[in-house]
Parts: sequence; structure tokens; C-alpha cells
Amino acid sequence: MSTVEKYDENPATPARFTDPGVPEHHPRRGDLDPRQNKKSERIVLGLFALSTLGTLGFLVAYFALPVGGSPEGIARSNLALGLGLAFALLGIGTAAIHWSKALMNNHERVEQRHVMASPPAVREAAVANLTDGVKDSSISRRGLLKSALVGSVALFPLTIAVPLIGEVGENWNVGALKHTMWRKGLKLTVDPSGRAIKASELEIGSVVHVIPEGLEETPHPLDEKAKAVVLLLRLDPADIKSEQGEGWSYEGILAFSKICTHVGCPVALAEQNTHHLLCPCHQSTFDIADGARVIFGPAKRPLPQLPITVDDEGYLVAQADFAEPIGSSFWERLR
Amino acid sequence: MSTSMTGKVAAGTADWLDSRTGIGYAVKGLARKIFPEHWSFMLGEIALYSFITLLVTGVFLTMFFVPSMNEVEYTGPWTALSGSQMSEAYASTLRLSFEVRGGLLMRQIHHWAALVFMAAIVTHMMRVFFTGAFRKPREVNWIIGFVLLTLGLAAGFSGYSLPDDVLSGNGLRIAEGITRAVPILGSYAAFFIFGGEFPGQDLIPRLFTVHILLVPGLILALVGLHLAFVFLHKHTQFPGSGRSNENVVGYPFFPIYVAKAGGFFFIVFGILALMGATMQINPIWNYGAYDPSPVSAGAQPDWYMLFLEGALRLMPGQAEVVFGDFTVPFNVIVPGMILPLLLLGPLAAYPFVESWVTGDRREHHLLDRPRNAPFRTAFGVSLLTAFVVLILAGSNDLLATHFRLSLNDITWTLRFAVFILPAVAFSVTKRVCLALQRKDRELVLHGHETGRIVRFASGEYVEVHRPLDEHERWLRVQHEPRRPLVIAPAADARGVRRPGYRADRMRQRVSELFFEDRVEPVTPAEYAAAQDHAHPALQAAHDEPAAIAAGARPEV
Repeated sequence: MSTVEKYDENPATPARFTDPGVPEHHPRRGDLDPRQNKKSERIVLGLFALSTLGTLGFLVAYFALPVGGSPEGIARSNLALGLGLAFALLGIGTAAIHWSKALMNNHERVEQRHVMASPPAVREAAVANLTDGVKDSSISRRGLLKSALVGSVALFPLTIAVPLIGEVGENWNVGALKHTMWRKGLKLTVDPSGRAIKASELEIGSVVHVIPEGLEETPHPLDEKAKAVVLLLRLDPADIKSEQGEGWSYEGILAFSKICTHVGCPVALAEQNTHHLLCPCHQSTFDIADGARVIFGPAKRPLPQLPITVDDEGYLVAQADFAEPIGSSFWERLR
Repeated sequence: MSTSMTGKVAAGTADWLDSRTGIGYAVKGLARKIFPEHWSFMLGEIALYSFITLLVTGVFLTMFFVPSMNEVEYTGPWTALSGSQMSEAYASTLRLSFEVRGGLLMRQIHHWAALVFMAAIVTHMMRVFFTGAFRKPREVNWIIGFVLLTLGLAAGFSGYSLPDDVLSGNGLRIAEGITRAVPILGSYAAFFIFGGEFPGQDLIPRLFTVHILLVPGLILALVGLHLAFVFLHKHTQFPGSGRSNENVVGYPFFPIYVAKAGGFFFIVFGILALMGATMQINPIWNYGAYDPSPVSAGAQPDWYMLFLEGALRLMPGQAEVVFGDFTVPFNVIVPGMILPLLLLGPLAAYPFVESWVTGDRREHHLLDRPRNAPFRTAFGVSLLTAFVVLILAGSNDLLATHFRLSLNDITWTLRFAVFILPAVAFSVTKRVCLALQRKDRELVLHGHETGRIVRFASGEYVEVHRPLDEHERWLRVQHEPRRPLVIAPAADARGVRRPGYRADRMRQRVSELFFEDRVEPVTPAEYAAAQDHAHPALQAAHDEPAAIAAGARPEV
């Protein structure tokens, strides 16, 4: 028994007003005036006719307007087909609704509700049926059988789950997240042409989107690119306050992973005057003159810096892979 | 003659069908079933009809879309991309937009229908919430509806990602980033979804199966169940004269709602067709094929994902922490996983919380006017406010460029607003509800203002009030007053502490939070008292207008 008193049993509830009952029905104009009634019928007829015209218009547009690949052709065809379809549908819809509102009997009716719960007698019969069933199955007397049933049914989904989980993650080599294809001596090349870059061709303030040399020859170029894209910038060496490693830049040329350390968007917006990089997805802002330190937004860590130098011919090359995993954080990234 | 022919054929068919299915029972029970009428009951219909539109246009799209991440060179008519490398998914989306007649129309209708579907679900849910339609016996249907909302999000996101353009690809990369953030299992979870490293070769085919089979199959099954419950429970109705908890007042399903609801399907589909014809959406040919390097500024997800995007933008990065060797990026976990639970969890649980607080175990078929449930209404508005602040945060870059404001200032403002505004909204809404209830009392007790000022011989001015008719009055007095729970005392007459008192006391405290501030409906006794206290002269004047002319001169 609940000790809580329900408010509907509250003795203080005062007497209430009584329901005046369903308001009187008011006939529509069409119910009294046959001419009005006829007019509504003609409107419904007209709307159905409009729908048929829409369908015909659609068919004419389909056969008469080739798309042909030109933007104007596509736009024209899309508009004509769409308007035809819209009229075909709206005609039917408005006709049906006007019919129901203006011409169908609109007397409100009252229906009684019934409680959802089944009556006690039905409940008792239901419980009796279940009890009989349990008795017939003799399951309550055969404990071993019960365990065997539960055990085998619980185990069999493994036949689907094990191969699914085994195969769905390819080789499950999550360690691959910690490395990119950058290695000592690999040339920095322009995205997407793949042209190698000489340190001498970069002016102060210039920004280049970079991919590693030989990216297209790898088995899965997009997977590699998703980790290895780099943003290359040249600052006035005097402006550089700090970087992530001693000698990682070359004469003011700095290379940073382009993948945001927040959730992995490409950090694509560079502000020349302030040396700021902005991620357009969630606005994490990095100061490249200060080791790509985060100065605003939801990222915590700086963009990893790629150590670079030049080879004998003056082309920019990597000194090594990034010193830490690029991109968004994950549990074992520091292991 | 022809009508009797048709009649014979119809009777023959009916006999054939009934002899094999016993469908007569269903037709007898359902054909003239009564449904109440209100505009807000159409919100759920909009969701249903846009879902049907999605199925129709979606089947069309699957005939041409190729769910493959194999690289191909583009040779189609869109010269801007001639010769460029792209996945078959993107190439086939271009083909169905540019070379399949009606293909672009179907794609645009499909996308608009998805946006309208989610909007209709959300507004339908608001209607159900604010009117208390989720109360017993409809809690199960509320949960089904809630699951449909989350399935709608899944359907939307998986579909949006299929064309494999730059915009959707970056969306997927964000999804990968959030998945990776899960403690311990994050990188495995990401491999599970992507079949290895991002982007891999498997994602588009997998999303395709999710988008065209798994999710729509579940939605279809649950929509069927949802509607079956609507028939079983009989629709709720708004309070009014003759409408009680024991009846349903309205029009028969056949023919009125067959015509109205059937017609409304064509209207919804028609308006979506109009949108597809005249309003461009997701022009993927401008974005280019997915490539991990480029991204466009000012990119927005579809509106129903904006709250998540906004939460990601607002969370300060300092929340990422390292324990020993292990990284726990709370800057992603909080907005990406905890916050959706905080926003959606209470929504799912609300019917159960409310029935616990009120101790009410009765069935409710008569809807609440939102003002008559101030706590619930305020709570709902407060949740919506948080949702809207996050949506604004998801568009902070557009706000900055459109209104020439500092992005950082907007972000900082919204970081505070997301906590402050819901609290403000709660308090303001509750007060507005109570004020509206007082206004109802005022109207019942003293009637409508008429604007007619009467001057009496004594020089006194009084405005004439017109009493409410019985239907107007009933609407404002029919609801039952809700009061905080009364519990038995902690100790009985002999001073023995009873068990369970603490639990009851806690429940009472919550109940006070819900119902302490309240305005109760006018009772007949109060009404009678108000009539007695009305200006005696005015009372007379009201009964006999001619008397005014004799004694005083009414002025306007």
C-alpha cells in the first residue's frame, strides 16, 4: 500500500463545474443552399482537372526537354518536371480536402473509450494458460534442460558475431594510426600535381598544400593522404617565436600536419598577417609562429610539426616521420 | 445499370476477401472509428508523409546510385570536373543529377523530404510533450517515437554521406574523430566502422546498407507499431465542451479522414516536389569529389545535426586530459557523447519521471493546455532553448560573417548562454504559464472587457464586462488542480518511525518543485462569490440595458 496520497483523492478538492456538452452543430452554407453546394462540387472537379494537367505537363516536359548535360538544360528540365509533379500532387490533395470539408457530412460524433487493461477475468485466464503451458512443458522440473536451452541459445550468435567482428575491421592494425608515410629524405611535393618544391621558390608569406612524393603509387593513396597532408609556410625567421623541435624548419620554412588535432578536419585557412591557422569546421586556431600552439577553440594540442630540411639539389625533404600521431586524439596515442 | 454492376463486383470481391481473411471484423471496427480534429495532430502526419516520399524517391535513386569507393575518371557532361579522379559513388551521383531525366528532381525532393521529416518529428514531439499526450497509456508510444527520432538522425547522416563529396567526406572525418575519442576502444571502433583506416574502401557500401535497408526497415516497422498504438489507444483530444477522458469527439475515419489524411499526403508530397523544383539543395558538383585535403569555409551540416556541431565548437580544448600514457579527449567526449545523452535522455525518461512525481496511475486521454502544466512546459522550453543555442553555435561562423561580429566573441557568449538561457527560459516560461492561468481565472470570474464605459448618476465610471458563455468558461475551468503530494508523517501516533519515509519525502520535494507554484481553476463557489461582488448597479444595468438610459448616460 502506498503511503502517498493521490491528489484525486484529496478531500479538499472542491466541487467542480459541469461539462455543458458538445456545442450545437451549425450547418455550412452549402448544406442550406444547393447552388453553393454545386459550386463546391465544381471547385473539386476543377482541382482534379488541374492535377491531370500537371501530370500531362510533366510528361510533355519529360519528352520535350532533353537534359543534355548543360547547366541551363538541367535547370529547365528540373523546374518543368518539378512543377508538373507538384501540380499533379497538389491538385489531388486540395481536391480531396475540399471535398471532405465542403461536401461530406460534417456532424461531429461521439465514441466511448474503454480502459486499456484487460478485465480481471481475462487476466486470470491468461495467467492460467501460461501456468498450464509451463506445466505441460515440464520445464520447471528439468533444470538441466533449462540451462542447456539458455546456454545454447546464448552461444549460437557467436557464429555470426565472431567472423563479423573479426573481418569488419580489416586487419585491426590500429597501430597504423600512429604513423604516416613520411620518412627521412622523402620529398615534399605540391598537392595535387606532385611537383617537388625547392626552398628557393618560396617567398615569405607563401602557403603550399603538400603531399609526400610517390603518394599516388601507394596501394591506398586516399588513406595515406588522409594522414600525410601537410601545410608548408614560409615566415620571416625573425617572427618565429618557437617550434616543436630544434632545427625542424629550414630558413623560416615550416611544415605542419594539416589534420586538426580536434576531430580531424583539414586546417585550411591561413591568416598571413597574424600567422594564424584556422580550422573552418570548429574554429580551432593555431599560432604557427609559436609551435602551432592552440590559441582558441576546441582543440587541445598543437598541430604536429614535420621536421624538414633540403637535399643536395635544394628540394625540400622530410627529416623523419612526425614525432607523434597526427589528427584527433585517441586512447593509446602516446603508447 | 452500371452502378449495380459495380455494386455486384464490389460485393463479390468483398465476399472473396472476407471468406479468406475475415477482414469484415477489421472493417467493422475501423471504418467508422472516430478521430478528433486539431491542426497540431497533422504534424505527425507530415512526418509520415515525408517518410513515404523518402521511400518513393529513394527507390528511384537506388536505381542509379553506385555505392562504391572505387576510383574512376570522370568523363560525363559536367566539364568543370572532366578528367578528375573520383569514387564511383560520386560519379554516379553526378550522372543521376545531370544525365538521368528527373534524377536531379528526385534527389532534391529526397533531400528536402529528409529535412522536413526531421523537422516534423521534432515539432510533433513538441506537441505530444507540451500537451501531456505521453501520459498513461501512451508511454510506450512515446518511447517508440523517441527511437524514431534517433533513427531519423541515423538515416539522415548515413544518407547525407553517400555522395562522397568533399562536404560529406569531412562530415565523416568528424564522425571518425568522435569515434576515436571513445576511451580504450576508440581506435577499434573507428576501424570497425571504416573497415580499417579512414577513409578506406568499405564505408560507402556499408553506409548504403545502413541507409537503404537497416534504418528504413526499422523506421517502417516502428512507424507501423506507432500507428497501431494510435488506433488501439484512440487519439487524444483537446479539452472542450463534450470532450471528456472517457469519450472521443470527432469525425469518422471513413470517409472524412480517408479524404483529409489521404489528401494531405498529396499536399505534403506536392510541396516537397515544389521545393525540389525551385530550391537547390546540396549541389555536390560544386564541392568536388572527396579528398582529405581541401575543405570549404562556412560549411554546415543538415539542420538536425547542427546541435552536435555547435556543441563541438563550444567545448574548450583544455578539457582533453592525459592519464599516464592514456589520452582522454573530454573536449570531444563531452559534446559528442555526453551532451546528446543529457539532452535526449531526459526527454525519453520524462513520462516516467512525471508519473512518479504525481503518483498518478490513471489513464489520460484529454490533453493539457500547456499553461495548465507550468513545470512541464517550462522544462520543455528550457530543453528547446539549449537545443537552439547549440544550433546557433553550429552556425557561429555564418553569424560572424553575416553580422560582422567577432567569431571568438560569439563563441564565448554562447559558451555562457548555453547554461544561462535555458535557466532564464525555464523561469520566464513558468511565469508566463502562471500568468495565462490567472488570465483564465480573470476571464471566468469577470468576463470579457467590452470597451463600453458606463457613467452612473453618482459620477462613477465602470466598464461593462460580458460574461463568458458556458463553452468558453468550461475550457478554462475543466482541468483538475494539481497539488504537491501529501505524505504520511515520519512517525505514527506512538512515535514509531515508519519505513520508506525518506523516499516519500524526496518524492514530495520533487513534487513541490513541480506543483508548489500554481494557480487553480475557478470553482463554482468562487464564481458565485464573484457575481455577488460585482458592481450592483452594473449588474442591474447588465440585466436591463434600458435602465441605464433612464438613470445614467453610457459613454464610449
